[in-house]
Amino acid sequence: MLNKYPLWKNLVILVALVIGFIYALPNLFPDDYAIQITGARSSTEVNERVLERAVQSLEAEGITVKSSSLQERDALIRLTSSDDQLKARPTVQQALGNEYLVALNMAASTPDWLKAVGAGPMKLGLDLRGGVHFLLEVDMDTALQQRLEAMSSQIKRELREERVRYRGGDVDAGDRQIVLSFRDEGSRTEAFDMVRDQYNEFLMDEQTEGDEFLLVLSLSEEEVRNIQEYALEQNLTTIRNRVNELGVAEPLVQRQGTDRIIVELPGVQDTAQAKRVLGATANLEFRMEARQDAPASETEQYSFRDNPQRTARLERDVIATGNNVANAQQAFDENGQPQVNITMDSVGGDLMNRATRNAIGRRMAVLFIEYRTETESQMVDGEPTMVEKRVVEKGIISLATVQSALGSSFRITGLDSIPEAAELALLLRAGALAAPMYFVQERTIGPSLGQKNIDAGVMSVALGFGLVLLYMVVYYRGFGLIANVSLTLNLMLLIACMSILSATLTLPGIAGIVLTVGMAVDANVLIFERIREELKAGVAPQLAINAGYSRAFVSIFDANITTLLVAVILFAMGSGPVKGFAVTLCIGILTSMFSGLMVSRSIVNLVYGGRKIEKLSIGGKLANV
Amino acid sequence: MSELEKKPFDFMGFRKAASVLSIALVIASIALLAVRGLNLGMDFTGGTSVEFEYTEAPSLDNIRGQLDEAGFDNFVVQNFGSDTTILIRLAEAGNDELAVEVADALQKGGAEFELISSEFIGSQVGEQLKEDSGLGLLLALAVVLIYVGMRFQFKFGIASVIPLAHDVIIVLGIFALFQWTFDLTVLAALLAVIGYSLNDTIVVADRIRENFRKMRVGDAWDIINTSIHQTISRTINTSGTTLVVLFALYLFGGEAINNFALALIIGVLVGTYSSIYVSANLLIALGVSREDMALPVKEGAAGQEEDEEPPEWLNRM
Repeated sequence: MLNKYPLWKNLVILVALVIGFIYALPNLFPDDYAIQITGARSSTEVNERVLERAVQSLEAEGITVKSSSLQERDALIRLTSSDDQLKARPTVQQALGNEYLVALNMAASTPDWLKAVGAGPMKLGLDLRGGVHFLLEVDMDTALQQRLEAMSSQIKRELREERVRYRGGDVDAGDRQIVLSFRDEGSRTEAFDMVRDQYNEFLMDEQTEGDEFLLVLSLSEEEVRNIQEYALEQNLTTIRNRVNELGVAEPLVQRQGTDRIIVELPGVQDTAQAKRVLGATANLEFRMEARQDAPASETEQYSFRDNPQRTARLERDVIATGNNVANAQQAFDENGQPQVNITMDSVGGDLMNRATRNAIGRRMAVLFIEYRTETESQMVDGEPTMVEKRVVEKGIISLATVQSALGSSFRITGLDSIPEAAELALLLRAGALAAPMYFVQERTIGPSLGQKNIDAGVMSVALGFGLVLLYMVVYYRGFGLIANVSLTLNLMLLIACMSILSATLTLPGIAGIVLTVGMAVDANVLIFERIREELKAGVAPQLAINAGYSRAFVSIFDANITTLLVAVILFAMGSGPVKGFAVTLCIGILTSMFSGLMVSRSIVNLVYGGRKIEKLSIGGKLANV
Repeated sequence: MSELEKKPFDFMGFRKAASVLSIALVIASIALLAVRGLNLGMDFTGGTSVEFEYTEAPSLDNIRGQLDEAGFDNFVVQNFGSDTTILIRLAEAGNDELAVEVADALQKGGAEFELISSEFIGSQVGEQLKEDSGLGLLLALAVVLIYVGMRFQFKFGIASVIPLAHDVIIVLGIFALFQWTFDLTVLAALLAVIGYSLNDTIVVADRIRENFRKMRVGDAWDIINTSIHQTISRTINTSGTTLVVLFALYLFGGEAINNFALALIIGVLVGTYSSIYVSANLLIALGVSREDMALPVKEGAAGQEEDEEPPEWLNRM
């Protein structure tokens, strides 16, 4: 019989629609305003008692608690309004003290039976829920320079151990090379052999300049890439740790390209604190004080952080850095002064021990390093222009006599204040950045703007959708109704797919949905126009339906595939808002093909299929006669 | 309607006038782009923008005065959406603390307001975006050319890519003419215009191909004319519904996607026109003929019906 789907096909479509319905459903439950409590350290447990204390503090303030629950590592308290939420955070923070972090959160209120099948609402982008977005750029030049300097110290140390005499060694970061100079050719040959045996990251070249015999070690392209990759990965890990220390619910930390990192912190409004902690590039270097007779080329002079007048000459070689720190805690010394207790990792402990066991009685310095961006006014082409400048500040925080060989645990004194000690400990704990980073993009969206965007989006989707439905019914009558049912199901499927993929919905994403609705109509229009044409040509209704669907298929397929290709390019090339738009467009094209070809056909078949019909309700004069 | 049935409307009769119009528009657009240039948004130039919601509508001149006094230069102050919402843009791209400084400066004026959003984009990000975007547009056009060339025929490939370029250039030209802000969302709209206009062009091309195979009489001119006639109500309906939705987006979607909707509205209008006049016109100019459309001879494929059959699995549906 013509135009009749077999039972199994109807069932398949029905199952797809039911699954779509279930997974789209969670979006109908609005999120609850909530606060989230986590331990400041991973060892701090959030338990029943903590939660009870928090709830009691809220009740004392007259804030209504909707519900509270304990999760694996944190606790969640649901509240009734955003005002309550804002008031609740400081209240709970105060009640629990600094051992716990309290963050604002939006908690999904998906019913348990939906959660059981893994359904959940779409995630909302920052532009819809408020928060901050940062784009950080890793300073790769500095990363390379630091790596070269570390290698240069290591090579020189080994040369000394092998008793190969060298005159000097400079790092030329611009050319990515280390230049070692020797008095005679013999030493250079020895050094050449040693470096060749132990290091495979260098391209080596021998040069002679006056009476100096130079050995030029250049980093290979591959090694440069490795170093940059390592710097980015290391920074990514560090930033993740720091974001966790900030206690933000559902943060996003992601790499972008070869040298950038995206950080999104939903719900955060205080950008200043976030920036200070994320961007802090403080690091430590441990160096020995230079001997009196050390040549000037081997030493560097630094002033003290608390007293710029006081200076000390330090060896250029770095014993270890903050990167080797495994743990750091702020504490007090016997005089009540703040100090930081440091535990080095095994490599760091080893380095420390080796450097200090022969240096008892000498003094070791702890150098504090900070990278900042400063803007200053400069005259460019006779006009004052603001120029970005990257500044490095290094200052000694402590210079103490080595009493005995140091191992993996020791302490640093000489810090100004408790907050400074605490922040240093935090930074050392979260890991140092392998290379300094700079903020190149920042976007803050207030929560009120987020709500406004949601309202505007919902409004325009509803209105646009309503008008399209109206248009279709007026123009195509009965078939218009069928198209409308399939369009509605299309919208449902689109939302279900986005929820299943946990794609993030953004404002441009909503625009993508609106556009998809507009374009999804196209498949129906193409088919219906074709059916009308066949009817005009005098074809019997049942045949016309069949011909309409099968003839229109080729056009629909070609048109959608090409649009899909463009959407994929958009996704691959785009960033931020463009990506959000591309995701909804891609999914929308796929669902609209399914609903336009399969779902609407199935409905048409159910309505008209398998019986003799005289006319179709498809609008247009001829068809209705 | 029945009048039209018998004798297709002579769409191609206007082909000369349409050619002149299209060429004139494209040249004018290119000239505008060269002379006035695009008003590039912050996404591309870098800079800082801050949005404030005042409790009472403030005077813009007042705010300008306050900022002047505080030592800022190179800034734009404008209303954004409503008269209590103020958007301030600063060209400076070097300082990521600017938003806070601006808020502090205005706070001294004593008016009550709330900082609702701020954005800072470093100049290096903008530069890179500019390159990527241009590349994205070109890549999209290239992929379309390849796909349509393979799926249809090379002449059709040309006849579908040139209208796309035509549409993109004219939309850009209009943005340059009115100096509307061209930002990332407008770029996304432009790519969507490519998708949409392509959709239109393909549907018409598809019908032309079908008619070349089916119609035994008439030359290319007649066949193209008939094809456009047969698809015109579909073209108008689809454009109509899409435009309806876009107007809803333009009017109610909020300030942030206004330009996005605007670019799409213009793009859909131009795209609809170009799928009829530019694309079909080009097919005639390129001298498309029945031979171009001949199906590759298949074994035993001597049937009368030379339609491109939908795949067999579809018939089972």
